[in-house]
Amino acid sequence: MGVETNRELLTVSHLSVTLGGREILRDISFSVCEGHWLMVVGPNGAGKTTLVNALTQGIPYSGMAAFEGRDLKKMKPLEIASKIAVLRQRQQAGYAFTVEEIVRLGRYRQRSGLFRSAAGKEGDDRAVEKALQETGLLPLRGQSILKLSGGELQRTFLAQTFCQDPALLILDEPTNHLDLLYQKQIFALLADWLKVPGRAVCSIVHDLSLAKAYGSKALLIDQGRQAAFGPAGEVLTEKELNPVYGMEVGQWMRHMLKMWI
Amino acid sequence: MKTLPDLAEKRERREIRGSSGLSARETVLFLLALLLTMLLCISTGSVHLPPEDILRVLSGRILRADLPEQLMKADAILSVRIPRVLCTALEGASLSLAGAAMQGLLKNPLADGSTLGVSSGASLGASLAIALGVTFPGLPFAGTELSAILFAFLSLILVLFLSYRLDSGLSTNTIILIGVIYSMFVSSLMNIVVTFASDKLHSITFWAMGSLASSTLPKAALLSLTLLICGGILFAHTVELNAFAVGEDNARHIGVNVPRVRLLVLITVSALIGICVSIGGSIGFVGLVTPHLVRLITGPNHRRLLPGALFFGAVFLLLSDLIARTLLRPIELPIGVVTNLAGAIVFLVIFSRTRGGRP
Repeated sequence: MGVETNRELLTVSHLSVTLGGREILRDISFSVCEGHWLMVVGPNGAGKTTLVNALTQGIPYSGMAAFEGRDLKKMKPLEIASKIAVLRQRQQAGYAFTVEEIVRLGRYRQRSGLFRSAAGKEGDDRAVEKALQETGLLPLRGQSILKLSGGELQRTFLAQTFCQDPALLILDEPTNHLDLLYQKQIFALLADWLKVPGRAVCSIVHDLSLAKAYGSKALLIDQGRQAAFGPAGEVLTEKELNPVYGMEVGQWMRHMLKMWI
Repeated sequence: MKTLPDLAEKRERREIRGSSGLSARETVLFLLALLLTMLLCISTGSVHLPPEDILRVLSGRILRADLPEQLMKADAILSVRIPRVLCTALEGASLSLAGAAMQGLLKNPLADGSTLGVSSGASLGASLAIALGVTFPGLPFAGTELSAILFAFLSLILVLFLSYRLDSGLSTNTIILIGVIYSMFVSSLMNIVVTFASDKLHSITFWAMGSLASSTLPKAALLSLTLLICGGILFAHTVELNAFAVGEDNARHIGVNVPRVRLLVLITVSALIGICVSIGGSIGFVGLVTPHLVRLITGPNHRRLLPGALFFGAVFLLLSDLIARTLLRPIELPIGVVTNLAGAIVFLVIFSRTRGGRP
């Protein structure tokens, strides 16, 4: 984990989302501080992805979301991109771009004007190189993304967010459809990334064990309402989880674990 | 510190990977292919003109020297063929560029300039003008052309307005859906026009299937100007187009102003298509097929794809026009018939060869 401070990067207060007359999220308030990894958990359909979409995809919401005290709605796309990067659950590759071309797009926010200066290009090259190296994608840099495995594709887009060099990384179930090895790889990469001071991660996670293992804070959402927010150790407990998931969560987890002993 | 060979190697690698534009060698090669095709198209026709005669007439014109008697006929033929070849090349380049941009913007390999309904809108405008004999007094263009441009822009506004009403986020799917429905609607309107103006059937049909027979130098100039402006705008947005081609969500995440860039590209493409249709009628498949062909060579990166599409679009349409003029001499086929036939076959061949490969 990185150095945890109390400096708030993302502050969300009383956020509600209504889509097509249906209230999806109601009165959500939380914050993400430097050095912290916030895990957003909750059953399917709780509104977790809607929360991410409201913050990053321009879905209309009421309430306030601010980055370092500035209203997100008033920030330009390039400003937001320089602070926040997003990794989605699934990447849909359409055209045969190379791994490196995808990663390089992360440097879009560095542009000013039509042409890049030589120094700017140099900086781009260095950032791309570093992101490729950190994610272990150097051998695949020239590979078409259509030929990658799911794990490699997800790592490519993770490298793009690294290349973007944001302060906050928002992830929507980044390893949901990936094999164990890739899950482990991606969480390890994220934990390393978070070690640099001034950074924070906010991720939706389905796997409660992963949430417990890596999270420093947790936000529990139940049917669009905020059930709990606080230190991961206090929120990810049977007392909080059982009523939301409608089952004996701890009992089930211990039962599953016994299969391996 | 980076050493010199280090940087040189890096640049070379980048060229292979294609993160910069076309290499010098590719540019020269493409340009040469285009010039040779143009020369072939100028010299071939109902009367064959040897290349040396063409060069002598051209140099004579440029030097304002008097032409010898035996070249007078060549001069007369050239004054028809050169504008036609110029217009054809420019139309091909524009249509292909528009198609490439749309396929990237909408992340849909089946999109082209006509996806928005602009092309059919322009056709409707032109057929109405032909059927009603509309003329705009005191304007340098014929009524048909002006009416086509007008309808092209009205179509764009209508399609965007309807899409916005349905979905204020103006998502790609909505735009494509509305565009396709609008095209069908307009096609049936066109059939109504044709039914009521059966005496003008021939000229409407011929126009709707595309023809560059009435090319003139002022038309070529208009096309060049349009291509210069619209092409310039598109070339300035290659990175954004790349981002859109990867995905609209991703474009937004990396900081692209998605609504603004999308609107700009849509308007630019519509202007390009509107002017093209107003001059050459609706010529199908060029905007759809050539970007696919070019992508096989350049990859999907728009910094390489867009210039490639310019060259190949021009060459493709020049050859199609050549076939249209010469295949059933002295009858001239509508060029749209040739592009549709050739395009469909080429498309099938590419798809069956590259299934699962680079789209």
